[in-house]
Amino acid sequence: MINFVLRRLGLALLVSLTVSFLSFMLIFLSGDPAVAIAGEGASMADIEAVRSQYGFDRPILVQYFAWLGQAVQGNFGNSYYFNLPVTDLVADRLSVTVKLGLCGMGFALITAIPLGVIAAMRPNSIVDRTALLFSVVGQAIPSFWFGLILIVVFAVQLRWLPASGTDSWKNFVMPTIVLGYYAMPAIMRLTRAGMLDVLNSDFIRTARAKGSSELRVMFKHGLRNAIIPVVSLAAVQMGFMLGGSIVVESIFALNGAGYLAWESIARNDLPTVQALILIFSMFYIVFTLIADVLNACLDPRMRSS
Amino acid sequence: MTQTVTNPTGAAFDRDPLLEQILGPTPGQMLRRRVLGHQGLLIGGAVIALLALMAIFAPLIAPHDPFAQSLMNRMEPPVFLGGSWEHPLGTDHLGRDYLSRLIYGARVSLLIGVVAAVISGVIGTTMGVAAGYFGGRVDAVVTFLINVRLAMPVVLVALAVVAILGGSLTVVTTVVGLLLWDRFAVVMRASTRQVRAREYVAAARAVGASTPRILLTEIMPNIANNLIVVVTLEMAHAILIEAALSFLGLGVQPPTPSWGLMVSEGKTMMLFEPWLVLIPGAVLFTLVLAINLMGDGLRDVTAPENRN
Repeated sequence: MINFVLRRLGLALLVSLTVSFLSFMLIFLSGDPAVAIAGEGASMADIEAVRSQYGFDRPILVQYFAWLGQAVQGNFGNSYYFNLPVTDLVADRLSVTVKLGLCGMGFALITAIPLGVIAAMRPNSIVDRTALLFSVVGQAIPSFWFGLILIVVFAVQLRWLPASGTDSWKNFVMPTIVLGYYAMPAIMRLTRAGMLDVLNSDFIRTARAKGSSELRVMFKHGLRNAIIPVVSLAAVQMGFMLGGSIVVESIFALNGAGYLAWESIARNDLPTVQALILIFSMFYIVFTLIADVLNACLDPRMRSS
Repeated sequence: MTQTVTNPTGAAFDRDPLLEQILGPTPGQMLRRRVLGHQGLLIGGAVIALLALMAIFAPLIAPHDPFAQSLMNRMEPPVFLGGSWEHPLGTDHLGRDYLSRLIYGARVSLLIGVVAAVISGVIGTTMGVAAGYFGGRVDAVVTFLINVRLAMPVVLVALAVVAILGGSLTVVTTVVGLLLWDRFAVVMRASTRQVRAREYVAAARAVGASTPRILLTEIMPNIANNLIVVVTLEMAHAILIEAALSFLGLGVQPPTPSWGLMVSEGKTMMLFEPWLVLIPGAVLFTLVLAINLMGDGLRDVTAPENRN
């Protein structure tokens, strides 16, 4: 077990390093960063001054390790746009995005798991077909369009919820639904498939034969075994959701890290974009690491591969 | 009632109904029956065919030039909301015919979907097949690369790169194609490992077939069904990402008629003219839904054992 955790940890570390290098290289994709910072119409002398001030005249690997050394300590440099430390900018906004991600995942799990279980109990029934329809629609609906429809219906027509902003819990209702609905179909399908599989196994027949109530059979014996793969899927989806919140946050003007990322990209504020790409990647890496270790605890067979 | 069929040696023979009953349907007949009996596949395929024809013959079908502005006729409502047949789906904020823009928009979406899926398919399949066939170090490297790719937030990275390189159709398609190879690699790796363990692969190796020959004639045909399914799913994925990028203003640039861009342009007038947002979004939704239905259907039909 310790062996497995160490190996998994090593992989996570290596992936983080590679991702950090890729996000670091983003700055050089645009050509000469010194020219970009100095602005239009800057003289050669100005550009040279910027180059040595920011250290762009050093070899790229040296620059990378210098940047990484600072980043590990939580220092991502200054934003080109605000000239403030990127860390301060991101810290405020990140809590909003994490809150939204947790709400979205909660919504997805609360709807997907019961639907998946009920669908598996009565395969090909009306309930099963409806659940399937929900998931097929969820996979195909563009989230920005779905968000706009919700705004027209619930904010404009019915006036139940605010269309934008971050002031109260009401602001989070529609973004939660849009983000959660994005993650729901996969979780529901996996729950349904897992339950169908488990319900055909011998121990379920034994549980029924010894006279357990149907509810007990479903949840104590069935779901408990079917849920294991759902744990890792939920971790993966959570990582995708945080990275994907950029669309949802920009529709609802929710002042989170995704919105900041969109603004920073539009403003060409590369240090902020770099930091956000790295932070969102780290979320994914940590979530999947936790899920893998959790799975290894639940199911010893997973430790070998 | 006898029917002429060809047996494997190519000779035609008469098959009488009794023999028919004993032998059962041929594999081809069974496939045809599965295809024709699968509603999702038929509906999805029909919708895609329709939209593809619309994209190909756009200049012939579109009633107006999709770029022609007419400030006199701005935001005319569609015909079912009291508009005229001159502009069946109304006009946008610059007086451009909405139906024509919608028809030309199919070109953007389908082009991105197909080209991005081909790019990511080539990358992902190469990586996945190599990892699954050679195993060992190659597998470790590919698995590592898949992990790296999955850790990076797709929309964010695509937005950033497109913003830096400038939003043209070519850039958007290439960037999306270079990002979406992960599922190809994962699925092709798993299928190749399965097929590789089969006896006919061992037999081919035993008679001295070269590695490229085994890969091309033994492995590829037997993983092709899974490949087709992933191609459809990733086409849908690429189309959705292009629409999201264009919606956020950092994808395909105006005046190109992209459905995501049309939703974005209609957004500001959404409160008064909701159809400006509803129509392009609904068409986008329909196309993605149709592609997903066809993908699920293809999986059911070609690899029934993989259902769920």
